[in-house]
Amino acid sequence: MTMGKPLPHDAAPLHVTGQARYVDDIPLPANTLHIAFGLSTIAHGDITAIDLDPVRAAPGVVAVWSAADFDAMPDCSPSVHDEPLLATGRVHYLGQPIFMVVAESHLAARKAARLARVTYDELPALLTVDDALAANSRFEQGPVVWSKGDPAAALATAPHRVEGQFEVGGQEHFYLEGQVAACLPLEGGDVLIHSSTQHPTEIQHKVAHALHIPMNAVRVEVRRMGGGFGGKESQGNALAIACAIAATRLNRPAKMRYDRDDDMMITGKRHDLRILYRAGFDDQGRVTGIEFTHLFRCGWAQDLSLPVADRAMLHADNCYHLPDIHIESHRLKTNTQSATAFRGFGGPQGMVGIERVMDHIAHALGRDPLAVRQANFYRPMGKPGPQQTTPYHMPVEDFIAHDLVAELERSSDYHTRRAEIAAWNAANPILKRGLALTPVKFGISFTLTHLNQAGALVHVYQDGSIHLNHGGTEMGQGLFQKVAQVVAQVFGVDTARVKITATDTAKVPNTSATAASSGSDLNGMAAQAAAETIRARLAEFIAEKHQSDPAKVRFADGAVHVAGESYDFARVVMWAYQARVSLSATGFYATPKITWDRVRGTGRPFFYFAYGAAVTEVVIDTLTGENRILRADLLHDTGSSLNPALDIGQVEGAYVQGAGWLTTEELVWDRKGRLSTHAPSTYKIPACSDRPRIFNVGLWNRPNPENSVGKSKAVGEPPFMLGISAFHALSDAVAACGDGSIYPGLDAPATAERVLTAVKRVRGHV
Amino acid sequence: MTGIAFLLNGTPVRVTGESPTRTLLDWLRETRGLCGTKEGCNEGDCGACTVMVTDEGGSRALNACILFLPQLDGKAIRTVEGVTSPTGKMHPVQEAMVAHHGAQCGFCTPGFVVSMAVAHLNGQRDHDDALAGNLCRCTGYAPIIRAAEAAADAPVPDWMQNDRSCISAQILASPPAAGATATDHAVGSGGADVPPAFCPTSSDELAEWYLAHPDATLIAGATDVGLWVTKNLRDLSPVAFLNRVTDLQHIERQGGLLHVGAGVTIAALRAAVAANLPSFAELLRRYASEQVRNAATIGGNIANGSPIGDGPPALIALGATLHLRRGDEMRSMPLESFFLDYRKQDRRPGEFVAGISFPEQAPELRCYKISKRFDQDISTVCGCFNITVHDGRITTARIAYGGMAGIPKRAATVEAALIGKSWDQTTITAALPAFAQDFTPLSDMRASAAYRLETATNLLVRYFHDLSGAPVSVLEITP
Repeated sequence: MTMGKPLPHDAAPLHVTGQARYVDDIPLPANTLHIAFGLSTIAHGDITAIDLDPVRAAPGVVAVWSAADFDAMPDCSPSVHDEPLLATGRVHYLGQPIFMVVAESHLAARKAARLARVTYDELPALLTVDDALAANSRFEQGPVVWSKGDPAAALATAPHRVEGQFEVGGQEHFYLEGQVAACLPLEGGDVLIHSSTQHPTEIQHKVAHALHIPMNAVRVEVRRMGGGFGGKESQGNALAIACAIAATRLNRPAKMRYDRDDDMMITGKRHDLRILYRAGFDDQGRVTGIEFTHLFRCGWAQDLSLPVADRAMLHADNCYHLPDIHIESHRLKTNTQSATAFRGFGGPQGMVGIERVMDHIAHALGRDPLAVRQANFYRPMGKPGPQQTTPYHMPVEDFIAHDLVAELERSSDYHTRRAEIAAWNAANPILKRGLALTPVKFGISFTLTHLNQAGALVHVYQDGSIHLNHGGTEMGQGLFQKVAQVVAQVFGVDTARVKITATDTAKVPNTSATAASSGSDLNGMAAQAAAETIRARLAEFIAEKHQSDPAKVRFADGAVHVAGESYDFARVVMWAYQARVSLSATGFYATPKITWDRVRGTGRPFFYFAYGAAVTEVVIDTLTGENRILRADLLHDTGSSLNPALDIGQVEGAYVQGAGWLTTEELVWDRKGRLSTHAPSTYKIPACSDRPRIFNVGLWNRPNPENSVGKSKAVGEPPFMLGISAFHALSDAVAACGDGSIYPGLDAPATAERVLTAVKRVRGHV
Repeated sequence: MTGIAFLLNGTPVRVTGESPTRTLLDWLRETRGLCGTKEGCNEGDCGACTVMVTDEGGSRALNACILFLPQLDGKAIRTVEGVTSPTGKMHPVQEAMVAHHGAQCGFCTPGFVVSMAVAHLNGQRDHDDALAGNLCRCTGYAPIIRAAEAAADAPVPDWMQNDRSCISAQILASPPAAGATATDHAVGSGGADVPPAFCPTSSDELAEWYLAHPDATLIAGATDVGLWVTKNLRDLSPVAFLNRVTDLQHIERQGGLLHVGAGVTIAALRAAVAANLPSFAELLRRYASEQVRNAATIGGNIANGSPIGDGPPALIALGATLHLRRGDEMRSMPLESFFLDYRKQDRRPGEFVAGISFPEQAPELRCYKISKRFDQDISTVCGCFNITVHDGRITTARIAYGGMAGIPKRAATVEAALIGKSWDQTTITAALPAFAQDFTPLSDMRASAAYRLETATNLLVRYFHDLSGAPVSVLEITP
């Protein structure tokens, strides 16, 4: 059995020795050109003049192109054709590419790009949610509204009510490998693209469109990314297109990578938003009626903002049954970077809203927030009772948070520690501790239903070695190893026999982005199908030779067992080859059961839910607002894990990234719309010492009730939201500074400054 | 010219014809094709480019992205490729990283591996400290720390131990470039379009040359100047590299004072003050990262004149004296007098920072750094306090802040409000409003002006509680 084994990442030996090859490491011909963009220095305005002569005159420059050099400006958008590669007359954000420099070296291109003289007629820039609301600047005609039950009546008759406003910051992906692409011109106008992308087919599509050639003339290869996190779902398009244009116009290979500062200035980030809420509830804290308003700051182009904001609405319930609910979602258009996909894809933004409400209700009632959360849980899987549905009318049939949370409550010693912390806080006037447990329920499937498909290609060579290819991309999550384990299991061989190969649009076409946590679910199933096709042929062949039943042929331990005989797998393969049996097959998978009407907000957008819960303990300083995570206990639902070691890695890493989003990671734009946190010197992702001192991570390793690959569950995004517990632990510590009459109302990210502000608030000093 | 000679993964190399501000990272990747060392930020903040550099003083981790080739002359460099043995055997930290799942996307991994291998070689067990300058976005660090702990007791592989003994022998044995002489101080002048760089070997040479080239850029650790090149894309010529000026790298104890040469690294300074000035040492522990502290010098930190440098507030609170040199002329001044205005110092053309002196002991010194992230971050506010109390009365008070003005600055009004008063809560409370007279801080991406003023004020309250022994920092709390 190779499925379920805690094998290391397939490339781990290459990673640790520096041999793993990323796009910028690929040896390219000596005549390769390098590209840099010249960027807008204002947030909104019309270009009145561009003087590129100094750029052209700079050492090493081969070509400089702006909008004037294109008959039709190539588009980089993944959705609605609203992202010109280079600004065409008007600039929409500070950092927007206006021209491209092609030079003999990366440094020469960067240096030259700063020499342009661009003048503008400045227009008022819409930078904030309030600016955009006032100007009614938005994508779509108006807000998307989903309603279930009669929330107005439920709110009116509720025994208690809370309401509030919650600012939630965005997040820079900070993949360690910046955006990068390279293009080699091939014969007949074809091109080969190397791209650090989660979506090779999108790159292929956009490059083909830009070059006015069919998709079959563009091949895109992706061996690995140095981190993606959603930031390489659409944001690599511009680089690949720029390379393809330079390579075909100049008939030389071309490469482009963003310097880190450019990367942060140009590319989109997680959406920030403001959440308004009003909730009515009973004496136990059970929500009777609730209203949410999401004000999403989407930036200048649509990109993936609509499905991101949809997914926030789809996670406005998290683990809680909310029979009467109104959700209103505004997708606001601003003169800032176009916000994009980021691990969770809006789910975290939706979830922090309802977790805020739970915390606020508990504070209002003076109850333990965990008790309020549990009082609102959906009914457990298998427990009889009237059907409970989500705000989008999907029955919740696999709910396991009761048991999972109860186990975590016990293993983390939640109640004892809560009492200890209360006593400690009473004795310490300057420092205060806080503790919180928050659960996660995350929907698995692309909400755009047709994306829930995948293909794979498996070859078995005559020596018994296996070549595996599928549409998923590797960004560190261990997808390749998991799928290799699936294929190895089908053939009953060791994973060492399975060669994992780079994602390649020429091998598996029409792939979906490796996103929505779907990688192993979709590609694992497709690869399994391909491998099973070949195995069935081998079984039929060998059974016939032994006058046996193909169903009785067993593939295990590197051997084929038939009619009491055992043969080495490679031997059987050689015989089959000599008997002219096809040893190559494609596999295909389409997720069953899902349907979704996005306009009405009804259906079953998700195949299943993945669950988890976390307890975090923090300490804050009431003089400075400094704060620190002391301990975290995580328990996460992976179904029957395909690889527990890789899954624990996903859970741990996601927690720290999620906690970073809500604590130290603060994006700041100045009043002119310039992102002032555009490098790691000013944008602070968690460092080594920020991880919890005590970090207990467990997997809820029980089979997925749905028929997923190996009964496993998707794990990429769901544990990101375990980080929400850190935020609520901070809120808990702040609450301990007051007399209980004022709710902390902490905003995110909870920097030292915001914590200090909340401390003063609960003390009545604000 | 002589070129620049060093050992690269055990092999002697001589580099000629390169610009003196070519970074080691670019040279490794673009010229040598050694692509294991990665560019993550190109400003010394992420550690993906970490390499091991060995000289007579030992082996250190440094950021290759802000390390210029002339800084490496006469040293030994080991990249991730050289952490593996010449025959391809993995180093114990590499094996542990595989076994403990310490790599996910793998891009930061070479940098981590080198930092871990250096710490392993030096017997350094505080992994959080050793790895504060390496960012990972995938793992959440826990498996990396597990790997570091697992490898800690493994013997140091022989190929990691040889660099130090091989440096002089191998570099001397390597064939010199044509026309080189042993006393030639110019390196990097390889061609008509490559500007020269001056590499003095004594402060006398430096003083003479700088007087003749007052517009030159002096490069010590290059942890700030490096960014002028990699980010601002500036041409710095003429430049002088100070790494061979050994007489500026001494620390001497005399008459209760520490005399620290300008070329002393922050890492060496931290070690020197660890025993007697533990709070200053803790502040220096949080000064950037291991890689930066191994390169950055205290002279650079002062001469740079940054209002948010962490050295000056502590040194001002200690009553440090700054020593400047111009030609043969030396002069000294209280450190706070050196900082005139934002990025403007009392430094004449051709004059350079030679060193600093300060008391070896100051039992009441406390240094507090407030930043968005604890490690590897720039101060939002850095407050340093040195108050002495006799018979219940405050006799002296030196309070200095970074991040509160255009320069590192004393809280003179607050000090005046304290001196002569009794050391109690009433005095402290009465002095707090004086902060608003001393400081009018700015708002920026790190914090608002109001937060800065409030926190600066509250740090005096912290100091009062701290001296009474109460826990005052979240860093002191264990779960």
